[in-house]
Amino acid sequence: MEENNNNIFEPRIIAFVCNWCTYAGADLTGTSRIKYATNVEIVRFPCTGRIDFMLLLKAFAGGADGIIISGCHPNDCHYTSGNFHARRRWMVFRDMLDFMGIDIERIRWSWVSAAEGAKWADVVNDTVGKIREMGPYTEYKKAAKFLEEEKIIHE
Amino acid sequence: MSKLSEKAATLLSEGTVKMIIGYEQGTERPRPAFCHKPEDCERLIFNDQCSNNLAVYLTKKEIIGEDKVGVVGNYYVIKTVIQLNRENQINLQNLVVMTVDGDDIITFGSIDEMQQYVDTHEPVPNEKVLAVIEKIDKMSRSERWDYWKSELSKCVRCYACRAACPLCYCNRCVTEVNCPQWIEPWAAPLSNMEWQINRVMHMSGRCVGCGECAAACPLELPIGILTKKMGMDIKNTFGGWKDGSVLSTYNVNDKENFIK
Repeated sequence: MEENNNNIFEPRIIAFVCNWCTYAGADLTGTSRIKYATNVEIVRFPCTGRIDFMLLLKAFAGGADGIIISGCHPNDCHYTSGNFHARRRWMVFRDMLDFMGIDIERIRWSWVSAAEGAKWADVVNDTVGKIREMGPYTEYKKAAKFLEEEKIIHE
Repeated sequence: MSKLSEKAATLLSEGTVKMIIGYEQGTERPRPAFCHKPEDCERLIFNDQCSNNLAVYLTKKEIIGEDKVGVVGNYYVIKTVIQLNRENQINLQNLVVMTVDGDDIITFGSIDEMQQYVDTHEPVPNEKVLAVIEKIDKMSRSERWDYWKSELSKCVRCYACRAACPLCYCNRCVTEVNCPQWIEPWAAPLSNMEWQINRVMHMSGRCVGCGECAAACPLELPIGILTKKMGMDIKNTFGGWKDGSVLSTYNVNDKENFIK
């Protein structure tokens, strides 16, 4: 668990974003000199439709405490329909995760366009604040490290 | 000789089909039977105990070959044939689909007839499965996590669920892809969960609900509940799945409440 100088938990957030809207939006946040939390690691994808659901599970297994998924607003997709397909997938996947007890409150879905630099800063700050309150996602990390931590009992 | 055996023997002796896939009496319950000669057909039976989804063989070339085959299946076999046809996985020209309704042998001439049969013969839902879903729904999130973690940590990754499923027909499964390694191949709680999540996600909107995955599980894990629940969610959100796969299509007006 990472902590800063004041012993406050610093969450690790992975953001999966689309190249055409949210990535450009995040760029605008920077060029507009808007400050936002540094806890986020952005992974750029060609389209939200490309974001495989396994990437989310892999991010959690790799130690992420929260995830942001963001792309073009509906009807704005660079490839016309990628975000519509993605939206359906997330609707199904989110219900599934919830049924299996995986914390869907740690996944933030958003639409951020290339012109919404301020919204991107808000989304990140909001998510970081929320995850900081929730604390590290220890139960998932524990399951991911099962084999390393499993004790072999010799009789 | 029963009506079913006679019908099957006629099809074979006339040369209409080269093989009939049906059910025969096993030691404890009916099992799949493959009849190549008319005299083999005496073994064929059909009753409520015949639960295997025989459609699983229809996508396996090493079993059915290139010749025309007949299949005497239950409700779920018919439903699976419709779905497999939608996904262009079977050649209806090389297939005679039959079922037994009371004393009559029904031979389906077209997909429309099968659809009509499926629409009018829906079996009663499995109360046990529904009860477990209700029980899990009432749990808190961390209880659900503990439940699934403890259940799925027993999984030995034999992939019987995959082998029994008539719609799991990929030649190369995502779980065997190792570049990148999406799912670790050994049995550990998290990789077991990831495997099941993948299996269920790939079934979304396609699963016919035969429950063969759960029946095949040697550890009797409640994995059929996952696909059942997924089907229920999809029905609630998208209103059924008559037009084929839910995830390979989209609707501009899909309504969700979590993307902000």
